[in-house]
Amino acid sequence: MDWSLILGIIITIITAFTVGMFYGGISRKVTARIQNRVGPPIWQNFLDVLKLYSKESAIHHGWMQHLGPLWAITASTATLMFVPILNNGQFYENLNFSGDLIFLIYMMVLGQLGMALGAGQTGNPNSAIGVSRGLSQMVGYKVPWLLALVAIMIQFKVTSITGILELQNEIGWLMFASPFAFIAGLLAFIGMMHYAPFDIVFAPSELASGPPSEFGGKYLGLMMTSGAIFTFAKLVLFVDIFLGGASNILELLLKTFVIYMIPVLYGIVSPRYRTEQSIRYFWGWPTFFGVIGMLYAWYMIA
Amino acid sequence: MNINPKIDKKDSLTISEYIKNFARKHSLFVLAYGTGCGAIEIPPTMTSRYDAERFGIRGAATPRQADVLLITGYLATKTLKRVIRVYEQMQDPKYVIGFGSCTINGGMYWDSYNTINSLDKYIPVDVFINGCMPRPEAVISGFVKLQEYIQEGKADGWLKYQNNIEEYRANQKRVIKNWRMPDYNW
Repeated sequence: MDWSLILGIIITIITAFTVGMFYGGISRKVTARIQNRVGPPIWQNFLDVLKLYSKESAIHHGWMQHLGPLWAITASTATLMFVPILNNGQFYENLNFSGDLIFLIYMMVLGQLGMALGAGQTGNPNSAIGVSRGLSQMVGYKVPWLLALVAIMIQFKVTSITGILELQNEIGWLMFASPFAFIAGLLAFIGMMHYAPFDIVFAPSELASGPPSEFGGKYLGLMMTSGAIFTFAKLVLFVDIFLGGASNILELLLKTFVIYMIPVLYGIVSPRYRTEQSIRYFWGWPTFFGVIGMLYAWYMIA
Repeated sequence: MNINPKIDKKDSLTISEYIKNFARKHSLFVLAYGTGCGAIEIPPTMTSRYDAERFGIRGAATPRQADVLLITGYLATKTLKRVIRVYEQMQDPKYVIGFGSCTINGGMYWDSYNTINSLDKYIPVDVFINGCMPRPEAVISGFVKLQEYIQEGKADGWLKYQNNIEEYRANQKRVIKNWRMPDYNW
């Protein structure tokens, strides 16, 4: 039994939860300050989650409704496990094997799929609308995201994230080595974070928070936990692919925070898109840059 | 059903209860049931000028996610039915704030033929905020009072409702003539 691996996994999950929660709190504080408010303290999300876990949950719509949040948190934790947190860390190596970028593309969809099944069984019309919007939007942002990742795979003939990290030690950050893929990936990433103007899934004033609208108490707490872990996993993945990873935790926090602030700050000054506007956006400039990135990759290897 | 008999041991909170109450106190998801004119005081309370979010008070989108049910104003018997459904869909522990004179004694609608006079007879109210209408300062002071009660473990209206459900049901059925409500297993 490799105890250091298990310890590393536990520490990784705790780190991801803490950082994701604090980032959520910081985004609430930043939003408040931009709206000229005082805003909640940055540890507010911890209190929210603690309160949600301390509530009694007595909602029953069927088995899938109970499994949905568990599925979501399993998928986000599994995604986290396959992302290298630090590019030379012993503790954070977790389960990174070669060939994992393609696997991660599938893995990142799984949580939303579980949420969709769970929310679908609650029978709330708002949930159904939110699920259909979420799946439509996923079709939107997955196109530039895939184009960006495939462009990198073609250009450098590497599919593992650890391989990409080693590559960046030699040739520098990929955001400079393949700039168009970076632009496409960043624009898709803004959509993946579900902040405004792409918050059409959870739209609280329009859809009554969409898929989680029938989930209260501990289920909502599970979803917030899962969201925090998944946010961290996505940020670290993005930093690993385009920004050369991080050799220590401070560098990681700095890079992920900069990336995290892009969707937050863009979201604060934006209203909400409609579903078709959102998809049209993703199939517009982001996809264009993705295609340019592919052509650039083809040109660079030719 | 898992009821902790907190009513009996109000003056001695265990450490876990203290921590839970601390979290509950500082994280109140409010479902504003804007029945009457009082709903107009909620936007200024939540937005930039009075900013209730600095106390951890934020809006909830659905009854399932909410902790506090804010009844802002008079209740016609028709809306009372919806309020009861909303209240029963909320997850324990849940709190009710009666907002404005209308929820206390009927206010200016005290002799109306189709409004209820005292909300406390139909669902348990933890804090009343008087005034017609209460200003945002009064609303925030009411929330702070509720936070004090939660910390002391005195905000136990949800337990009262569970323990005296027959009495509350009888009161509700007295005013709601066409009682066609689903049974909840809360």
